[in-house]
Amino acid sequence: MQPLAPDRVVLLERIAKHFGEGEARVNALSEIDLEVRSGEVVALLGPSGSGKTTLLNVIGCIVEPASGRMHLDGELVYDGRWLRGDLRRLRLEKIGFVFQFHNLLPFLDATENVAVAVELAGHSPDAARRRAIELLDHLEVSHRRDALPARLSGGEAQRVAIARALANGPRIILADEPTAALDSKRAGIVMDLLRRLAAEQDACIIAVTHDEKIFDRFDRIIHLRDGRLDSGANGHDAPQPALPSRFAPSPKDAARA
Amino acid sequence: MNLAFRDVRHNLFRFVLTCLGLGLLLAVVLSMVGIYNGLVVDALTITRAPRVDVWLVEPGTKGPFAEASRIPAELREAVARLHGVAAAGGVTYQTAEAEFVGGSLRVYVVGFEPGRPGAPEDLVAGRPIVASHYELVADRRTGLALGDRLRLGRNRFEVVGLVENHVNSGGDPAVYLTLRDAQTLQFDLAPPAARVQRARGALPQSQDTLNAVVARLHPDASPEDVARSAHGWKHLSTLTQAEQETLLTKSVVDRARRQIGLFMAILLVVSAVVIALILYTMTMEKLRSIATLKLIGAPDRTIIGLIVQQALTLGGVGFGLGVLLVSVVKDHFPRRVVLETENALVLALIVAGVCILSSGLGVRAALAVDPSTALGG
Repeated sequence: MQPLAPDRVVLLERIAKHFGEGEARVNALSEIDLEVRSGEVVALLGPSGSGKTTLLNVIGCIVEPASGRMHLDGELVYDGRWLRGDLRRLRLEKIGFVFQFHNLLPFLDATENVAVAVELAGHSPDAARRRAIELLDHLEVSHRRDALPARLSGGEAQRVAIARALANGPRIILADEPTAALDSKRAGIVMDLLRRLAAEQDACIIAVTHDEKIFDRFDRIIHLRDGRLDSGANGHDAPQPALPSRFAPSPKDAARA
Repeated sequence: MNLAFRDVRHNLFRFVLTCLGLGLLLAVVLSMVGIYNGLVVDALTITRAPRVDVWLVEPGTKGPFAEASRIPAELREAVARLHGVAAAGGVTYQTAEAEFVGGSLRVYVVGFEPGRPGAPEDLVAGRPIVASHYELVADRRTGLALGDRLRLGRNRFEVVGLVENHVNSGGDPAVYLTLRDAQTLQFDLAPPAARVQRARGALPQSQDTLNAVVARLHPDASPEDVARSAHGWKHLSTLTQAEQETLLTKSVVDRARRQIGLFMAILLVVSAVVIALILYTMTMEKLRSIATLKLIGAPDRTIIGLIVQQALTLGGVGFGLGVLLVSVVKDHFPRRVVLETENALVLALIVAGVCILSSGLGVRAALAVDPSTALGG
């Protein structure tokens, strides 16, 4: 098997997924080929039911594809079946999740919400707490480290959620509508922050979003329709599709072009 | 990081209320255990009070508690002379209604011969009976105090001593009289009734009758040998102390004991169902958090630990509150509630087992939750 280029963090080859059988069968994903490199920030766009969340779940090893191959961080993890039994461990070590409603654990304060991910990875409580405080400090929310999620503003809660997603230095960050609950100014700040942190950690970001105000923060925008990628959007080296005017290219895209 | 503890801390008020509810339920279970034990202990108290080894009763009966028994008083002397017998005493037992402080007082009257087996030996106040007549020793539950006077039959008795926890199998508190006074109370007819008997031409019956003779044996004597000898020589029915106790627990209070035992078992099942529902509800309320934990990589053991630890904490605190509550109120029950450490430990183990089994429902729901539930709104 030909070794993967080290910067190809996500590589999907002919990934398919369907739900139901017979007449009730729905093809959620069909023949998906996708490559995302380290440091890249990719948006997944598409109408409701187009397969965005399913694709995110497949990459997050939450939903098993029906066929195809999937490499994550250079490791072949799916080839017609899962090749690793400990998918949660894989998620813990390689993948960070950011949610629309941040999904912080309501019974843990900000520090504990971050530290829990570090502890789950096998670090001592002290080390986990130190790492959590360091991350919260880096995200400029350390002044709220003892606050419970219910007492955090939307922006603060999302920063804490980002800190948790980054806690174990993941190579892949999956975000589901990360800015939908934020106003335009905070949405821009959060996306800039995600971009910066992804670059620092050499990670890629794949985000499902409908938030037009942050399209300019993405390196690439991939459009899904009826479970298929729009022509030309699959491969990293493929030319960028002509985006609708509302999908204006980011400054980085413009520079690359 | 202990997630179970942090979740409890976050919902402390609700958790404490839940524990209180469970504690009340377990207090009821513990009370039933205590009442069950109390029934057995009460049934045995009167038989154990004289501290004897052998009971000799009317031939063909199993008296004096399970069946009526009347034997001539002179048999006491014969029993006292049996080989192996250190001392023997005649006793009578009867229930009586007395009037006291304007109300009715139901008592269990025990007649005994002072200085012989059958006397109450564990006085907690006052002195033993020394006069031949009209003195009594009463159980505290009668409400009588030293110096009080109680009318029984046609005579008034002064309370000279008090004992504790001397009740019959029905829970009636005991009063001890001299044998002569007790015989008068039991066998003396009231004047009108005596006149009717005389008019019928009935022969006067001897009052010198006992319900049983109790015997203490020499340390090296065998109760079975003495019982066999008494049965063979005087044709008395005999029961060793162990047989008398078995008879009381297996026969006299058996139905009540089983009734309470069954009720206790039903309560335990109800408690198990309640605990299971509480734990299931607690888990269902956390499903989104559990999905998030699974999504970020928490292994099943972390999820199971969260639920089982909370279940055990709930059970432990509820059990503790239950024990505390019963300890406070147990002496206010009309009948004795006997809670032994062994009972509490067994119930604690049952509660722990129920909590672990009940948390299985919650664990099942938690393990089934799809981590993708945490994604999206």
